[in-house]
Amino acid sequence: MPDRLMIGTRIRERRVLNGMRQSDLAQRAGISPSYLNLIEHNHRRIGGKTLLKLAEALKVEPSQLTQGAEATLISGLREAAGKPRTDGPELDRTEEFAGRYPGWASLLSDLHRRTQALERTIETLTDRLAHDPFLADSLHEVISAVTAIRATSSILVETDAIEPEWQARFHRNINEDSARLTEGAQALVRYLEAAPNTEADLTSPQDEMHAYLAARGYHLPDLEREMAGPRDVARLIDAAAAEGMSGPAQNLTREALLRYMEDAAALPLRAFLARVGTLGLRPDRLAEATGADMARVFRRLASLPEAEVGPVGLVICDASGTLTFRKPIAGFATPRMAGACALWPLYQVLSQPQVPLRLRLRQAGRGAEVIEAFAVAAQTGPAGFDRPPLMQALMLMLPDPGEAGGAVRPMGVSCRICPLADCAARREPSIVAEGM
Amino acid sequence: MSKRVLVIEDEPNIIEAVSFILSRDGWEVKTHANGHDAMEAVRARAPDLVILDVMLPGKSGFDILQEIRADAVYGRMPVLMLTARGQTKDREIAERAGASQYMTKPFSNADVLAAVRALVVP
Repeated sequence: MPDRLMIGTRIRERRVLNGMRQSDLAQRAGISPSYLNLIEHNHRRIGGKTLLKLAEALKVEPSQLTQGAEATLISGLREAAGKPRTDGPELDRTEEFAGRYPGWASLLSDLHRRTQALERTIETLTDRLAHDPFLADSLHEVISAVTAIRATSSILVETDAIEPEWQARFHRNINEDSARLTEGAQALVRYLEAAPNTEADLTSPQDEMHAYLAARGYHLPDLEREMAGPRDVARLIDAAAAEGMSGPAQNLTREALLRYMEDAAALPLRAFLARVGTLGLRPDRLAEATGADMARVFRRLASLPEAEVGPVGLVICDASGTLTFRKPIAGFATPRMAGACALWPLYQVLSQPQVPLRLRLRQAGRGAEVIEAFAVAAQTGPAGFDRPPLMQALMLMLPDPGEAGGAVRPMGVSCRICPLADCAARREPSIVAEGM
Repeated sequence: MSKRVLVIEDEPNIIEAVSFILSRDGWEVKTHANGHDAMEAVRARAPDLVILDVMLPGKSGFDILQEIRADAVYGRMPVLMLTARGQTKDREIAERAGASQYMTKPFSNADVLAAVRALVVP
């Protein structure tokens, strides 16, 4: 509840201001330090005697600790009231309402907050359903089988005097398709049953970070300024926190933004765009010309405004192959939860650090397009005799350059939804039917 | 002489069923199963009408439709789009790309026949 929240935070602020330790304050107020810790982190509601004792120990009026609470409650109510309407709540009597019915008022404000959080969850889920490659492929499989069965069975029913050979053939097709339908439907059920259903999983910190970057087109003008510094990153993170970004996601996003800032400082926007203008989207040439390492050039290219350079995709994985960063490009799908296809150049380069690789590739399956991929692996942390070096591989993706780019190598998204037959890299069976 | 239909679709059993009902109705049916070289297939088969699936391996049906519409010879040919998704968005994309008609899977054979007959007089 907002009032509770504010009191804990206020007590903490006031204590730090007074230069007191938690244990000192707890002792003076006659409560245990762990209880005080819970209060300060807003995990316990306080009032009455404890509040009076804490206020006394902090040498402030009790109202100084609670006053902010009412202001928060009132602003919460205003927010819940939304845009003024003629039949809406009596805005001019908000303070009176909060004063006379504080319990009801905070319930109302909480409900509004909860509604907003749920709306965000629904948006995330909708977005995820619409973009889940596994779900899209399974559904396509089911609908294709149903379509074939419907068309074939109605031929059998509606055609007078159908030849025995055709009849036998259509019977066989229906049998085949119904087996496919069964498999597809079962796979779908298994997938949906195994789908994450805890709120923590629904929006993982990685998802939140990617949503944040995607909403800004992976380009952050605030960090492109010459004077940009950690303070700007802190400001952006605070703003994101105010919009409800979770703590773990803030940490991930902060790291991503700090790296962005370093990349932008090393390769300033205007000069880098000019280089791209003369050399083209050629990471190796750009790295040579600017003296920056290839990984930085990759990241920088993926942070340029799309209006300037067109679509640029980027995926980054660590040495375990886990995708830690993904900026999508049309025609190339990345699995959200399952492991990706082992044939990706991203993984190939992990065995040969610093050796760049360029390929035209196309993922098997529907909706895939030929893209041009550049991959390179690099060490990101120092190695020692007592610890392995930290490795990272990056793959930059551009639209197809055409035949001149060489042969197209086929690969997949993830084994479960991959139709490639006889693939040596397959690690689990596919749920989609083999290609024709 | 019978009119020619080219069915661009990657599901073998759907191809077979559609070919059967159209052949029975007096059409000459040709088929093609992937997206990459669909435009070449159109040029080679010179059909009077194309039935085009949206989700094809290699290339999206929308892209193929654009290529057909941009072609000097086949630009005005009737194209019946088939899709597994009934979303209005897809319908809008299809209409913008110049589909003559749009049908959602699973379809009924009678509807396909009616659509094909309406697009080209056999």
